[in-house]
Amino acid sequence: MTLPTTDSFVSNFELAGKLGSEPLWLRKHREQAFSQFSQTGFPTTNDEEWRTTSVEPIATTSFQPASENNGYKIEKQELESLSLGTPDEKRLVFINGFFAPKLSSLENLPSGLILKNLAEALRSEPDLVEKYLFRQTDEKAPFTALNAAFVKDGAFVFIPKGQTVISPIHLLFISTVDGTVTVSHPRNLIIAEEGSQATIVESYWGRGKYFTNAVTEIVVGDNASLDHIKIQTESEEAFHIATIQSQQGRASRFSSHSTSFGGRLARNDINSVLAAEGSECALNGLYMAGLHQQIDNHTTVDHAQPNSISRELYKGILSGEATGVFNGKIIVRQDAQKTDASQTNKNLLLSKEALINTKPQLEIFANDVKCRHGATIGQLDENAIFYLRSRGLGEKEARSFLTYAFASEMFNSLKITPLKRRLERLVQTRLEGPMS
Amino acid sequence: MTSNPTFQELTKQDYKYGFVTDIEMETVPPGLSEDVIRLISAKKKEPEFMLEFRLKAYRHWLTMTEPKWANVHHPPIDYQAISYYAAPKKKVSLTDMNEVDPELRATFEKLGISLEEQKRLSGVAVDAVFDSVSVATTFKEKLGELGIIFCSFSEAVQNHPDLVKKYLGSVVPTADNFFAALNSAVFSDGSFCYIPKGVRCPMELSTYFRINASNTGQFERTLIIADEGSTVSYLEGCTAPMRDENQLHAAVVELIAFDNAQIKYSTVQNWYPGDKQGKGGIYNFVTKRGKCAGKNSKISWTQVETGSAITWKYPSCILLGDNSVGEFYSVAVTNNYQQADTGTKMIHIGKNTKSTIISKGISAGHGQNSYRGMVKIMKGATGARNYSQCDSLLMGDKCGAHTFPYVEVRNNTAQMEHEASTSKISEDQLFYCRQRGLSTEDSVNMIVNGFCKEVLRELPMEFAVEAQKLLGVSLEGSVG
Repeated sequence: MTLPTTDSFVSNFELAGKLGSEPLWLRKHREQAFSQFSQTGFPTTNDEEWRTTSVEPIATTSFQPASENNGYKIEKQELESLSLGTPDEKRLVFINGFFAPKLSSLENLPSGLILKNLAEALRSEPDLVEKYLFRQTDEKAPFTALNAAFVKDGAFVFIPKGQTVISPIHLLFISTVDGTVTVSHPRNLIIAEEGSQATIVESYWGRGKYFTNAVTEIVVGDNASLDHIKIQTESEEAFHIATIQSQQGRASRFSSHSTSFGGRLARNDINSVLAAEGSECALNGLYMAGLHQQIDNHTTVDHAQPNSISRELYKGILSGEATGVFNGKIIVRQDAQKTDASQTNKNLLLSKEALINTKPQLEIFANDVKCRHGATIGQLDENAIFYLRSRGLGEKEARSFLTYAFASEMFNSLKITPLKRRLERLVQTRLEGPMS
Repeated sequence: MTSNPTFQELTKQDYKYGFVTDIEMETVPPGLSEDVIRLISAKKKEPEFMLEFRLKAYRHWLTMTEPKWANVHHPPIDYQAISYYAAPKKKVSLTDMNEVDPELRATFEKLGISLEEQKRLSGVAVDAVFDSVSVATTFKEKLGELGIIFCSFSEAVQNHPDLVKKYLGSVVPTADNFFAALNSAVFSDGSFCYIPKGVRCPMELSTYFRINASNTGQFERTLIIADEGSTVSYLEGCTAPMRDENQLHAAVVELIAFDNAQIKYSTVQNWYPGDKQGKGGIYNFVTKRGKCAGKNSKISWTQVETGSAITWKYPSCILLGDNSVGEFYSVAVTNNYQQADTGTKMIHIGKNTKSTIISKGISAGHGQNSYRGMVKIMKGATGARNYSQCDSLLMGDKCGAHTFPYVEVRNNTAQMEHEASTSKISEDQLFYCRQRGLSTEDSVNMIVNGFCKEVLRELPMEFAVEAQKLLGVSLEGSVG
């Protein structure tokens, strides 16, 4: 495979504009990230982390940086359908990577909670941003470096010490195109201070052909509890590459629910570092790919300190000529004694042409641990289908019913009912639409 | 866990096969070039096609680089510092057991594989490979009556060139990987086995490999062909003297099973693992692959890997024939500074193909043990079934156990399951055994043997006993 060109990005660096007022440290980091990316370029399938996913379609497309105003007006109804449906939703909306204050709803924020766009936070909270931004992630990873070099905005969430934020915070990213193929690089920073508690929902939606290259950095302080839910419903032609990286403090709890439905090529890198003793982490994911879609989930749980627990469950449903990839890594460092880690990946192949690549991986350097992983690939149980048919259901209904049951297990642990309903509806629409 | 004095003492037990035999050797000077390959080929009086095979492999090898993806670390290997041919000087072609150099026979007796003894008692036909040359093959006549060919590779090249030409490199092509290419270029001897149609081989066939000379690499080649409806069980064992420098062992094993044929291949690998500080030891970089070419054929790999400083080995099955079956049973032990990156590849191509993978990794001391396996189910492999289980046992807080299973499924009628777990010997298990009157050492041995039982029971009887003992020796002192 030839090394994909990075030209379209290289020529754009100077023109691309910057993030907010851009202090010196930020400028320096962006330049560094840019030279890092120019050096390494796009990953190829020779790269172990990208062995099963070729990013050639991205590398060979010439993208234009999204412009702030492409004249797109989102219908009120559309926005409504994308909202969480909770009565008191706090929402930041971004269109093509740019903050859309008119669509956002930030009234009556609990005191102490900071919820704004990153460019604005750079002005009002420069110290906080400098302290955390670019420090959670592996900034050498190609797409993270690309994101850092071209970042223009993103969400900034700060939950102060001891605060419990009851209603979920919604970060909504909408991409639309006006004929050109655009790219946006949102960078989000979420800080949950000691003893705080919150739920963040990150959703992506769009129309047409575009590329979203998002990075979310999450800091979970000591004893803090953070739920992160991602709903990826990009358009069928879109490219979606996203990294979510969390760093956990002592006795903290972090959970990630990632649902991937859209995108022609979608990749999630979800990594959690359990950096202090007694922390807990749950990574859950559902991916449903049909037609020619490729959905790739890479997760890493890094147990760095003793007595931590991690649980992971990823489920995939593949139909049409879709490709699914799951790569789950559990690392247990030498100091991380008494680690208890488990990981499960289950896949349902609905068609002859669908392909699944799964690689659950354990890397263990401590001895007093309990770790296990499992992966299964299979079909719907013919007996169960027979049973349902004997009760009067058509074959198609029976299959869709069982597939739905397979998927909906993922939502059991969600606490926000309207959100749960919305996800269930999304699964249903997909089963009736592109998956059937 | 508390440390136990008995165990500490037992770890100090030396590698008992570490002696050197003083035998006059014929070696070629270190270094690798086309001339050396021509020399090896000439020394072995090989036909033209063999030389071409070697040179083709060598030329390709020059364009390749050493693979870096394995989870093992070692200083770079200087391929020019290795001597690629070493053979005992006396007698090259042997017809009778008694013609074997007495010194050599003494060595094999020391190793516990007395050729005489084997011949009489166990009914195991042995082909012994000393450094690079096969020195004796027992039971040849008896096997000959059934039409079974079991001889050293050089003999096969001389006496059965058609078979060799047809099948050599048909499962592991010369350009397959770096070490296979190197082996194809310079391999000096090995075993060859052909089981004719419908014949059930009446005894276990066995090869014993021994590295003796220093600064040499051992590159042997094994080719086993099981024709329609035949059955064969094959064993191999290996030892080497203790030396401070690392020695390279890069072998290639090819198995071919035709319709309804069965091959069972068992290995007990006990190359010198290096000393307690990780100095010396064998680099065991081996390519093993079997092709289930025919319908209902079956290939089963069983391996007990306790030796070598570094093991890099993936016995694989290509399940080409419909209803063919591939099996892989493995126990890998790493103690002190040993590293192992081992596993299997199951490639399902035919319909209703089945594969089973049972891998048990045990790490102690500073040992690093990785399971790396691939299960690939191709589009045409309707009804394919795979079950994989890889468990790791950790003893000590400086060792590591890693699993890298790759699963790729392209057919929606396939069913596959993969399970892995990692744990240490639990205090409860130990306590239970001890309160029943067992010493800690015996308790650990018992638990480890229980942990490996699924694999050990696949081994032929004589080997199972040896393997159990080896496990005990390799792990002594690791509980602490």
